[in-house]
Amino acid sequence: MDRPKKTEFKFPTHIDEYPTGPQYAAGYLPETNAGWRSVRPVVDHDACVYCLRCYLLCPDGTVVKDNGKITFDMDYCKGCGVCAHECPKDAIEMVKE
Amino acid sequence: MTNLVDIPKVNAKNMTEKEFFYGHKACAGCGGSIAVRLALKVLGERTYTALPAGCMSAVGFIYPQMAFNTNAIITTFPGSASMASGIAVGAKALGQKDVKTVVFAGDGGTADIGFQALSGMIDRNDDVLYICYDNEAYMNTGIQKSGLTPYGTKTTTTPAGDNIPGTITHKKNLFEIIAAHDIAYAATASIGYPQDFLNKVNKAKHIKGATFIHVYASCPTGWGTPTETSVEIAKDAVDCGLIFLAEFEDGEYKLNRNPKQFAPVQDYLKKQGRFKHMSDADMQCVIDNRDKKWSRMRKHWL
Ligand SMILES: Cc1ncc(C[n+]2csc(CCOP(=O)(O)OP(=O)(O)O)c2C)c(N)n1
Ligand code: SF4
Ligand code: SF4
Ligand code: SF4
Ligand SMILES: [Mg+2]
Repeated sequence: MDRPKKTEFKFPTHIDEYPTGPQYAAGYLPETNAGWRSVRPVVDHDACVYCLRCYLLCPDGTVVKDNGKITFDMDYCKGCGVCAHECPKDAIEMVKE
Repeated sequence: MTNLVDIPKVNAKNMTEKEFFYGHKACAGCGGSIAVRLALKVLGERTYTALPAGCMSAVGFIYPQMAFNTNAIITTFPGSASMASGIAVGAKALGQKDVKTVVFAGDGGTADIGFQALSGMIDRNDDVLYICYDNEAYMNTGIQKSGLTPYGTKTTTTPAGDNIPGTITHKKNLFEIIAAHDIAYAATASIGYPQDFLNKVNKAKHIKGATFIHVYASCPTGWGTPTETSVEIAKDAVDCGLIFLAEFEDGEYKLNRNPKQFAPVQDYLKKQGRFKHMSDADMQCVIDNRDKKWSRMRKHWL
């Protein structure tokens, strides 16, 4: 797995289950970030030349290389628009949710 | 001299598809998270990651959320470098091979409060890559001035008004201060030049001992810029000469970019809410300081 996925949080029932600091199991994500978004990226695959600039610069790592095509992890994309703004081919459009 | 051509280059095409900083709660478009994400993709899974108080720890460790997929820990605000030193020598004592220890600390955590520990870490030449992501203020606590906040910036501790035009001091020469330790490798970078940043992280990864990278990383929330322009603004800063790209290696400075002509500083400043109030005279003060710095760099570093 390249990216962690949302994991269900189970409330600790015993003192031994509480961590001793703010650290926790790597990649433990009890909630998604999708609700932050008011716009979403949509890629025009005909215009895209797969240069991977969007993949490189996404602050959240939610641009996915999907068998030679660009897709997005919509659970964690925040809709910042960096991918669309940086695309040299204007192949990504930000559309209202 | 570690020759870059000898190290396999890491780029968007060949870098690992694994994400090591994922699902974090940084503001949309956060430049600091671009720096952390990219650096960890170069450094890989076997990286001990230490972060002091600051945005990148605050957005990565929200119990029980854990956005780091490397071994990661929050340190005290002034103690990230000493904690990282301990991790690095601990790993050595355990005979661990192919591990790297990295620090991601803000400008406040580096140039101000964490400086003493950082100086000691470099002096001992502990095997740590220390990356300072510079968003030019204490952002996590609501935009206070740090030693790396540039002249004219409006912050909550340097408000712009009739008495002062925002921040009245220029940025500390952090890179030169680090170089003065005779560190094996130090570099400046910007997320606006991502391949250059990847190359520098990759180079530092392959050097044993203390290394340092100062990366310019935009903050749409603290700078008053649209979320989508985070990379553009970090590139503009370099193109107008307020941020320079350089390396220090084997006692020698190297200017990586020495443009014949700079883009207008005014255009860069006017794009950002934090500089909106600046008068022509204040902008001229910024330009004069830039020119002074560049004439010094060109005289001694070329
Ligand atoms: C000893 C101590 N003093 C103050 C704080 C409060 N504090 C936490 S984060 C922070 C600001 C960090 O600024 P910077 O290092 O620039 O990182 P940024 O938040 O900008 O990413 C401050 C003042 C603290 N945690 N510990
Ligand atoms: S930046 Fe644009 S052209 Fe390049 S891969 Fe992304 S969508 Fe395609
Ligand atoms: S909108 Fe922002 S978070 Fe979403 S995929 Fe594009 S760059 Fe990443
Ligand atoms: S305040 Fe700035 S540095 Fe902090 S998470 Fe938000 S954008 Fe990033
Ligand atoms: Mg800061």
